[in-house]
Amino acid sequence: MGNRSSLARDCLIALVAFLVLAALPYIFPSRGFTDFVVRLAAFGIFATSLNLLVGYSGMESFGHGLYFGLGCYSFALIMQNFAVPIPVAFLLTIALSVAVALVVGAICVNLSEIYFAFLTLAFQMLLHSLIIAWTPITGGDQGLTGGIPRPPFLGVRLDDYYHLYLFSAGLLILCLLAMYHIVQSPFGYTLRMIRDNASRAPFLGISVFRVRLMAYIIAGAFGAIGGMIMSLFVSGAFPDFAYWTVSGEGIFMIMLGGITAFLGPVVGAAIFLLLNDMVTKLTTHYGIVLGAVILLFALGLRKGLLDFIVDHWRDRQQSALAAEGRTASSPPSAKPVSAGE
Amino acid sequence: MDLSALGNCVISASCVITQTTSGLIIGLLLFMVAAGVSLIFGVLKVVNFAHGSFYMLGAYFAYTAYQVTGNYAVAVLAGGLGVAIFGLLFERLLISRVYGSPVLMQILVCYGVILILDDVVKLVWGPDFLSFGMPSTFQSLPILFAGGVIPVFYLFLIVMTLVIAVLLGLLITKTRYGKIIRASAVNPTMVSALGINTGVVFASVFVLGGLLAGLAGGLAAPVRSLTAGMGLSVVIESFIVTVIGGMGSVAGALVGSLLIGLVRSFGSIGFPLFTEGLMFLMMVVVLVLKPSGLFGKEGR
Repeated sequence: MGNRSSLARDCLIALVAFLVLAALPYIFPSRGFTDFVVRLAAFGIFATSLNLLVGYSGMESFGHGLYFGLGCYSFALIMQNFAVPIPVAFLLTIALSVAVALVVGAICVNLSEIYFAFLTLAFQMLLHSLIIAWTPITGGDQGLTGGIPRPPFLGVRLDDYYHLYLFSAGLLILCLLAMYHIVQSPFGYTLRMIRDNASRAPFLGISVFRVRLMAYIIAGAFGAIGGMIMSLFVSGAFPDFAYWTVSGEGIFMIMLGGITAFLGPVVGAAIFLLLNDMVTKLTTHYGIVLGAVILLFALGLRKGLLDFIVDHWRDRQQSALAAEGRTASSPPSAKPVSAGE
Repeated sequence: MDLSALGNCVISASCVITQTTSGLIIGLLLFMVAAGVSLIFGVLKVVNFAHGSFYMLGAYFAYTAYQVTGNYAVAVLAGGLGVAIFGLLFERLLISRVYGSPVLMQILVCYGVILILDDVVKLVWGPDFLSFGMPSTFQSLPILFAGGVIPVFYLFLIVMTLVIAVLLGLLITKTRYGKIIRASAVNPTMVSALGINTGVVFASVFVLGGLLAGLAGGLAAPVRSLTAGMGLSVVIESFIVTVIGGMGSVAGALVGSLLIGLVRSFGSIGFPLFTEGLMFLMMVVVLVLKPSGLFGKEGR
């Protein structure tokens, strides 16, 4: 799985994907398209990092927006207040989110699923209320305005929208590659084992607490990267990015796209953003329409787009095997959590 | 942080009385929401993230009833009964379909409902803050007690919520219905094997939770400003309460709510920026020292 040739193959795929993305603005030379991809990068990384918890670790966080908001504010504040290069602000923000995730995770990760969901939500709302209350630093409910200085680094000028596009697309692909390798590593398989049978893992000498905490920290760090892209996109930070709805949106994205396929959350983020833009264009009653779509989805479909495709593909494979007269044993790939078994 | 202000308050009887009264009111109103969250979780093992929206609806229903009738008692009852009916519909039409589903599905359903309700409230009652106004019955001079000022309405709120708390306690511990609820919390399959329709029991718990939250919304309306989204902070605080008090324990919800109420009212003097942080700190301390909560029996 994680051997050298597959790493080389994945890097090649990533490189091709990046080149394709880099060429696309020449085919679709509209600002709307590049803006969409930048937002998709922010939410795609965010949703995939949430799926590290929900899909791979069975930790159903309802407060992952904490890291999105934290990344957004921390990055914007560092850039506004200290004259540091952008990569330094990036690393500092990741370090801060790791520290926060370490504390929050240490308190939350061993709780049962409902407690975990609620406590993560509660910590997110703690950040939100701090942002609202601490007006001199964060700008309160007006948000951090005044723009973010963007000193060029390594030839990258983020005040240029094509550079920002390339930068975001590159980060999206790099983060996806990194997360893909994490879930394909022995650590990733340990996560799945704990998800499927948390009481068995200790017998194999695994510290469930430590592995879950690690996953929580990794997810938090990637979530913050999503927030940083968002902060660059809007040139500031707003309390809405730390509000609980971001967590709800993240969950809806991964459910829309499918939690069984690695790229499901990114597909879900794309569907969600398209849906979002459509709804805001058509109606002012955003909440009613979006809420209705969510209810239809949760009570009706119950599976994401890629879940349907994966299941369909698996069924066909099985029937092909059966047609050959062999006993088809079900493939031991990731079991959908949404199946509710 | 302003510790000297807190110190000055604690040594002055008038300040202590004023802050204690407002803390009691915050706590007792919170109790009515938290008790519902705790009961629903205890019996159904579902966390109703939308319970804060029940509270919000109660306040808005009461607002409209008060505008129409001008009678505060009718307004509070309208809030309670309206939300009880809403709770029944919510349980039957939506949440009963995801019993036994992963928590994620339940969260998603609640998320959708909260989004819809917040928008519906904006649509029907307008996007601005609404002020209920003090009912004329309570527009009398506040009572002076040891130098502290206590508005008459505050006394009324404290008495009303305490009566409701006692009635709820009696309902759960002394009646046949309470016995069924407690049994369903432990083993619903066994309860249904004994010939009790657990579907009805489940729905009734939502009705009870809705009634409590709606009454709380109606009672709180004169002292709060009404706005879409007012429910979320309440539902988060009620969860902190249930963590501190212990899931499924009504007595625990009462103690937890009062603690939170007092922390909020005194904390707002000493640590205005960190009041929320203080509540979290209390919750974390309880989680670390006694994970099942102060009155909880089982583990997490």
